[in-house]
Amino acid sequence: MVPGNVNGRRRGRRRRELGSAMVFVGPALFGFLVFFVWPALRGIWYSLTEWDLLGDASFVGLDNYRALLEDEVFWRSLGITAEYVAINIGLQTVLALAVAVLLHRLTSSTVIRGIVLLPYLIPNVVVALMFLWILDFRLGFGNQVLDWAGADRIPFLGSETWAIPTIAGINVWRHLGYTALLVFAGLQTIPKDVYEAAAIDGAGELRVFTRITLPLLRPVLAMVLVMTVIGSFQIFDTVAVTTEGGPADSTKVIYFYIFEKTFTQFEYGYASAMSVVLMALLAVITLIQLRLMRAGESDLA
Amino acid sequence: MSRTEAADSVPAPELAPNAGELDEEIVPSSPVRRSGPAARRPRLPSPGRAVAWLALGLVLLLTLVPFYLVLRTGLSNSRALPSHADSLLPAEFTWGAFERVLGLADPEEARAQGGSGASLYFWVYLRNSVIVATLVTVGQVAFSTMAAYAFARLRWPGRDLVFFLFLTAMMIPPIFTMLPNFVLIKELGLLNTFAGIVAPHFFMTPFAVFFMRQFFLGISHEIEEAARIDGAGHFRIFTRIILPMSSASLATLALLTYLQSWNEYLWPYLVGQDENVRVLTVALSVFRQQTPAGSPDWAGLMAATTLAALPMVLLLLVFGRRVINSIQFSGLK
Repeated sequence: MVPGNVNGRRRGRRRRELGSAMVFVGPALFGFLVFFVWPALRGIWYSLTEWDLLGDASFVGLDNYRALLEDEVFWRSLGITAEYVAINIGLQTVLALAVAVLLHRLTSSTVIRGIVLLPYLIPNVVVALMFLWILDFRLGFGNQVLDWAGADRIPFLGSETWAIPTIAGINVWRHLGYTALLVFAGLQTIPKDVYEAAAIDGAGELRVFTRITLPLLRPVLAMVLVMTVIGSFQIFDTVAVTTEGGPADSTKVIYFYIFEKTFTQFEYGYASAMSVVLMALLAVITLIQLRLMRAGESDLA
Repeated sequence: MSRTEAADSVPAPELAPNAGELDEEIVPSSPVRRSGPAARRPRLPSPGRAVAWLALGLVLLLTLVPFYLVLRTGLSNSRALPSHADSLLPAEFTWGAFERVLGLADPEEARAQGGSGASLYFWVYLRNSVIVATLVTVGQVAFSTMAAYAFARLRWPGRDLVFFLFLTAMMIPPIFTMLPNFVLIKELGLLNTFAGIVAPHFFMTPFAVFFMRQFFLGISHEIEEAARIDGAGHFRIFTRIILPMSSASLATLALLTYLQSWNEYLWPYLVGQDENVRVLTVALSVFRQQTPAGSPDWAGLMAATTLAALPMVLLLLVFGRRVINSIQFSGLK
């Protein structure tokens, strides 16, 4: 066997496989180029123009980005989004961890897991409508309960203070079971000998949780966190159905602001610039999280 | 397009090496289930156990109560709701709201119960949702699976570069491509067509390709080699050997795609406003916008909400374990 010969044969086969490969990858590649690459390039281009979606786009260089720096609404939107993400992620992670541990310790019943997962299967829009009703100031059951408890009624979605926490809460309700099941699946991969050893050593519940469960769960938790942070930055549906950015712009999250600039104010170039910035921001967050995740894993090794 | 709260715009770590056995084993079924409760983590002592069950019960209650409240309202007379706000039972029980939504009530009667008289062509929207979700699922699963095969099992120049680009696309937030895609669909004259609604996700999503590729990487080469010696081409190997082996992960992917597509809101809202192509999620938000702000037809809205939630509830009832396993597996990738 002459090495060069083998290489030659390999190269021959690669070239022969190119034909078949193109048949297999062709449609997907077409979709990728037309609906991912081309729009991405166009988005960047439009961010350098002024365009109302109708006439011709005129090139304005970095003007949109310069205007962004001075746009208080933009910064406020980012702030509101950050507030939403913080509440949403905080609540969701802690509660999901708790539910996962409960499930793990108590039961793996399909019925119970099914119930827990149920809200995740329902469209955002439907969930938003459900809570629009339940949290209605006059007639909603939520305020009825507050009444019974002797507390004051809360204008959940109608107040500047409450609207964002409420929307965050609604999405925690929808995603809690989903996140809990991911963590639960992670818990099931922890070998039980570890727990047995701890039991023999007489470790208490809390100790077992903080010293064994949490550290071993860290990769799964980190994964879940990366996924949910990126996802919750893109909150839109709930806002669109419940508050439409109000009251007094207090729920104008970044996605909603971009949407509004595009479709009600027809400043498409400006909206594109915002989405470029949003993308850059999300990329940075992802990279930081991935770095932290990797650091977390090497801790364990 | 808006993979809002999406599990999938994100790079995922490697699949478990035993990706070959997917079906029921998707959830890392530790020896736990097979060997009974004794092999489980040491049982909680009984008082702790009672508290834990209480907490879990509370979670289940908080999950289910909103569904009940919505159903209760849907079965109420809209005009009677304000005077029965503190009741847990339907206010003046009636099927009226459901009949309104399904187009079975005459307008006179509907108005008497507090309906706006605006109609909701539920069956049309349901049909549209089914068409859109089915087309997206069939196209996306088929083409992504084919591409995944080319990435995992064929050797061709440029393969790694192209795959790397696909991976990078997973990180792009949907809105970034959604707006230019809207412009593109408009330029192509596909606004308010099923083709327009379906197009961006019909050919692939990076997630779907990645998901199937991970699975294909785990299949042993020997079976394939044997088939090749027998003179089978790639197409034959793909359809006769690889696909049948992949039925479980194909089902998982199909399910996730269907769910995703069914729940989609922003993209179909942008592209499919016309009655003939309007999907359920969009129809509901339009219905909500049309109800008078002062005194909405809550019973009608909640009846519609119930009906819109129903298909996915049925899905869970029919495919319970598979749905749960698919979701858990998608997270463990």
